[in-house]
Amino acid sequence: MTLDGAIVKVDGLKKYFPVKKGVFSRVVGYVKAVDGVSFQIARGRTLGLVGESGCGKTTCGRSILRLIEPTEGEVFINGQDIMALEGKNLRAARRHFQIIFQDPYASLNPRMTVEAIVGEGLVVHRMCTRAERRRRVAQLLDRVGLTADALGRYPHEFSGGQRQRIGIARALALDPVFIVCDEPVSALDVSIRAQIVNLLEDLQAETRISYLFIAHDLNLVEHISDDVAVMYLGRFVEMASAQEIYDAPLHPYTRALLAANPVPDPETKIEKIVLGGDVPNPMNPPDGCHFHPRCPKVSSKCTSSYPQFIEYSPGHWVACHNAGIEKPANP
Amino acid sequence: MDRDETVLEVKNLSTYFFAAEGVAKAVDDVSFALKRGSTLALVGESGCGKSVTALSIMRLVPDPPGRIVSGSVLLEGRNLLTLRDREMRSVRGNRIAMVFQEPMTSLNPVFTVGNQIMEAIRVHKDVSSAQARRQALEMLDTVRIPAPEERIDSYPHELSGGQQQRVMIAMALSCNPTVLIADEPTTALDVTIQSQILSLLNDLQATFNMAILFITHDLAVVAQTARDVAVMYAGRIVETAAVKALFKKPLHPYTRLLFRSIPRSDARGKRLQTIRGQVPSAFNFPSGCRFHTRCPMVIERCRSEEPALREVEKAHAAACHRAEEVEGVLG
Repeated sequence: MTLDGAIVKVDGLKKYFPVKKGVFSRVVGYVKAVDGVSFQIARGRTLGLVGESGCGKTTCGRSILRLIEPTEGEVFINGQDIMALEGKNLRAARRHFQIIFQDPYASLNPRMTVEAIVGEGLVVHRMCTRAERRRRVAQLLDRVGLTADALGRYPHEFSGGQRQRIGIARALALDPVFIVCDEPVSALDVSIRAQIVNLLEDLQAETRISYLFIAHDLNLVEHISDDVAVMYLGRFVEMASAQEIYDAPLHPYTRALLAANPVPDPETKIEKIVLGGDVPNPMNPPDGCHFHPRCPKVSSKCTSSYPQFIEYSPGHWVACHNAGIEKPANP
Repeated sequence: MDRDETVLEVKNLSTYFFAAEGVAKAVDDVSFALKRGSTLALVGESGCGKSVTALSIMRLVPDPPGRIVSGSVLLEGRNLLTLRDREMRSVRGNRIAMVFQEPMTSLNPVFTVGNQIMEAIRVHKDVSSAQARRQALEMLDTVRIPAPEERIDSYPHELSGGQQQRVMIAMALSCNPTVLIADEPTTALDVTIQSQILSLLNDLQATFNMAILFITHDLAVVAQTARDVAVMYAGRIVETAAVKALFKKPLHPYTRLLFRSIPRSDARGKRLQTIRGQVPSAFNFPSGCRFHTRCPMVIERCRSEEPALREVEKAHAAACHRAEEVEGVLG
């Protein structure tokens, strides 16, 4: 990825959660939820982030926005050093980056009207007068496909898909340059998902917003992303353009994920690389490469040292000692 | 053994829920047949009645508010709906068993998994506790739980999600049922674990020659597991066919649009097709064809007259007045 015009730059991001035990809450260890992650997203582009549950995708998305305080690392959004900001300044900067949550039922305050929910950011940032605000909120609702009579209604009066539209309108209210979409459609019905995905794509085409799109649905991520990063136990194991990841994956984990992904076509039977075992306990990850106990290509090196995340070919990053020893079938 | 022998036949099943808001016709005049040793997928979005259908077959619909108002469920010729409760108890878990979506909430947290499997065995078979334990061990081994001698004394919380689901399957299969109902058995699992469980079910089906009613919303999973498919919408079956015929040429507009709304890698970068509107509420289904409010091919007749499920092509039925034209109009 060539990234001079990067809107989001993340370097060495870490988030360790202390594990406490006993009466005095002694710290007995750390869960390294995000363990040294670096990436960039250019204006108007989408980075898809995939991985199994517990791999740190959500923590990664939230740490970038400082909704969770990162342990270490640098984050620049729109040229601004997010980690250096405190208090008022951080709050002022937040208008440039927003988040859309997974669960549209839990992420809207049931006691606020739609107008209050979508307009809250405008109030906090003192962007406009009350009359202007109502106009602006009505505009936003129209943009996400809701009518103005939604203004005075409450979240429970809407279906899941409509609530997610409200969540999107709220994220758009302050004209952000970057939105973290954390599994925005996984709680929705299949026939509604496409509506929301198309909406997100249209908005990006119009305003050149950048997305970090977190999801576990590989078909969906392939559809929406320009680039894709694959995460396993807190680290990126592979990152490349969506096409490279899906057509010529290098990391054995990426290959196993894709092989396990069911294809919506009864004529194509899934290639059987059934990955044995479960994701290991993140508090106590295996030595060396975290993936080695499940890896079909494990070598002695893998059990002792963690492989570097290197640019294997231009724009294609991978962390595997054995990447490229056996070339992918169709490079 | 005759592969086309019907082991489970559901005829004109209707299950309604009687609530203060009115009557919800969750399942309305549903019929289908399950063949020995094969898999029928019941597909649909949330609220379409697929889980209620499963619960009705098992006679586990909470009453009140739910009630099976008409129809019959023939298991190897015997109508389950007319059995006395005591007789039903000897069938349930024995001849017909069920695996649920959430393994964590379906297992009892205060008993070891061994105890729970042994209970399932001893309810139906006259065996000593030592024999039951031996059989439980065998079952754990059959579902490929590593180190079953240790795992048999574990509590559910000590197991991962995938292993819990294996325990559920072990329990369901412990009495060698003729029919297994799997209600979204992999929805709560990660994709690599999902592929493990699907391939396990596939192997066990061959070993035990059991029929599986596979309930899911995921079309990709359907493509990989089922021989036949029934598509449900708003409490009705709208299309039935062999899986290949269905994926090749869906005859109902709903099915056709649903297929177009899922991202596929051969259409990368293309816009997803959407189905307008949302799934109607069971308290207030539209008149005539229940899909007419969202259907792009609606004509006057659809609003007033409900289409019957009819064989449009050989062994391929659809409930649509214009089924013959669907391919031409929607492309």
